[in-house]
Amino acid sequence: MTDLLSPAEWEALALSLRVAFVSMLGCLPVALMFAFLLARYRFPGKALLDGFIHLPLVVPPVVIGYLLLVLLGRKGVLGAWLYDTFGVSIAFTWKGAAVAAAVMALPLAVRAMRLAIESVDRGLEDAAKTLGARPMKVFATVTLPLISPGILVGALLAFARALGEFGATITFVSNIPGETQTIPLALYAQIQTPGGEAAAARLAGISIAVALVAMIASEVMARRIRRSIGEAE
Amino acid sequence: MIEVRVTKGFPAFAIDVDVGLDEDEAGIVALFGRSGCGKTSIINMIAGLLRPDTGKVVIDGRVLFDSDAGIDIPPHKRNIGYVFQDARLFPHMTVKSNLLYGAGRPSGARFALEQITELLDIGHLLNRRPKDLSGGEKQRVSIGRTILSNPQILLMDEPLASLDGARKAEILPFIQRLRDELNLPIIYVSHSLEEVVRLADVMVLVDGGRVAASGDVGEITSRLDLYPLTGRYEAGSVLAATVKDRDDTYGLTILDTPGGDIRVPQLSLPTGKSLRLRIRARDVALAIQKPVGTSFQNILSGTVREIGERIPTRGDAAADAMVEISVDIGAPLRVRITRKSLDELGLQVGSPVFALIKAVAIDKHTLGRGAGSEHAARYS
Repeated sequence: MTDLLSPAEWEALALSLRVAFVSMLGCLPVALMFAFLLARYRFPGKALLDGFIHLPLVVPPVVIGYLLLVLLGRKGVLGAWLYDTFGVSIAFTWKGAAVAAAVMALPLAVRAMRLAIESVDRGLEDAAKTLGARPMKVFATVTLPLISPGILVGALLAFARALGEFGATITFVSNIPGETQTIPLALYAQIQTPGGEAAAARLAGISIAVALVAMIASEVMARRIRRSIGEAE
Repeated sequence: MIEVRVTKGFPAFAIDVDVGLDEDEAGIVALFGRSGCGKTSIINMIAGLLRPDTGKVVIDGRVLFDSDAGIDIPPHKRNIGYVFQDARLFPHMTVKSNLLYGAGRPSGARFALEQITELLDIGHLLNRRPKDLSGGEKQRVSIGRTILSNPQILLMDEPLASLDGARKAEILPFIQRLRDELNLPIIYVSHSLEEVVRLADVMVLVDGGRVAASGDVGEITSRLDLYPLTGRYEAGSVLAATVKDRDDTYGLTILDTPGGDIRVPQLSLPTGKSLRLRIRARDVALAIQKPVGTSFQNILSGTVREIGERIPTRGDAAADAMVEISVDIGAPLRVRITRKSLDELGLQVGSPVFALIKAVAIDKHTLGRGAGSEHAARYS
């Protein structure tokens, strides 16, 4: 099995998966919170917040990478505080790559979850309330299970977006083999290198294989969830 | 004791009701009115799902809402059961999980799962999902789920409205059993007078967000001034009756009513059983002398109590052929006759008349449970 890929390829693949997974996990709760805020509440500045969340979808990724660098770099507004207070620095590390991927994935995850939340029959929540369920119980036993397909779709989109992230990542955390060089970045490096065509083709193949596996896995999970919440398939 | 005094403004509609119901014993109070008259909003305000602008909601001494005192108990603490028109079962749970969803209330379980599944005949459905149930089964499970949450009072919002005739007939007996066996006060919202007559003891007539009248079902349904609200096709009166005897030779049951004996096609009810009899205004004829040689089995004597407005037919006064008359036969009886008959008989308030009712005009759709003896005493 290990012979199938070179050590460098393994390294890029493992890093890509780790970055994508961590960014997805970090993105989900934040996305869920924003999705709820946008789906259920009316407040001043709602359109502005909506637009702000969607920025990564419409501005060039390089701009997001640059903003992250300004904000979270060692000398950045937040970055300097993080370093001084906790001794943590995320610029030019794999954690930074995960942050960049999470920010890029946020609008996709929020959209998927918002749609799911808006389609929940509020009448079911009212029914739960009249049966004596406290708001937390209503959320945990009615709302959350019913929006779980939307959460799964959001998670898949976030994961896929993170796997493919390039522009914001290379701008924010650079292209460091073993630290921030995910598959797309490694592929880019090979293309830039004379004689790297064969390696580039292999990396492209790995990329496609990972994406397919992720999609099939999520489809299987989605089917299982839909069945468990009593929806027709 | 139920006190509901609330106002609520909507963009194109306003609710302003004030109802005080002295329901010491368990019974069914019907909230009756046309679609869109505000019935559902009123019970949503009782349940706490809709916030009144001003007012007060008190049930059995518990203040649930009081705008002056700043009290607004959230719905999950109100202890009010709510059966929705559209069942609202949780699709991701089995029937059993649905039934037990509210059963953990600290007030202590009054009813056991087995008792309720047996009462509603849903024991065989426990492991199914809501999507695999018929409309009638869903509604029965929904009723069971609400009862098992151990409410102090039950609100039912047109629980039969989304069902077809056969399914309605399937659920009605279960609601009657709830009333008779569980000793649970029920507020029943409906726009069907037939359901109200079968189930309720007391009714509140709602029109345009206001209470038009409230009181005993028999009294309200026989008032001519409320006729436009109780409805054209449903005009009729309700009589309290008890099964007196049966005539096996001819397959008839003889009922004792305030107006005298009434013969109806055989009922499978024991002697002494009390029930309510609904007689449609169009099924009654009038005579000024006691007729002889007639097929009418029921001839009741009385006096004209009230002569109502003409019944508009096409908006053209000359074309209005019918009038409605209220006759006192010991209880008010609504009668619909032609204007021509009214003039030919020379009827006036106080005229003695005989009311003629065909036995076959009374069928099982026009019969309801009799008011219990204590109710009869209270309202007579």
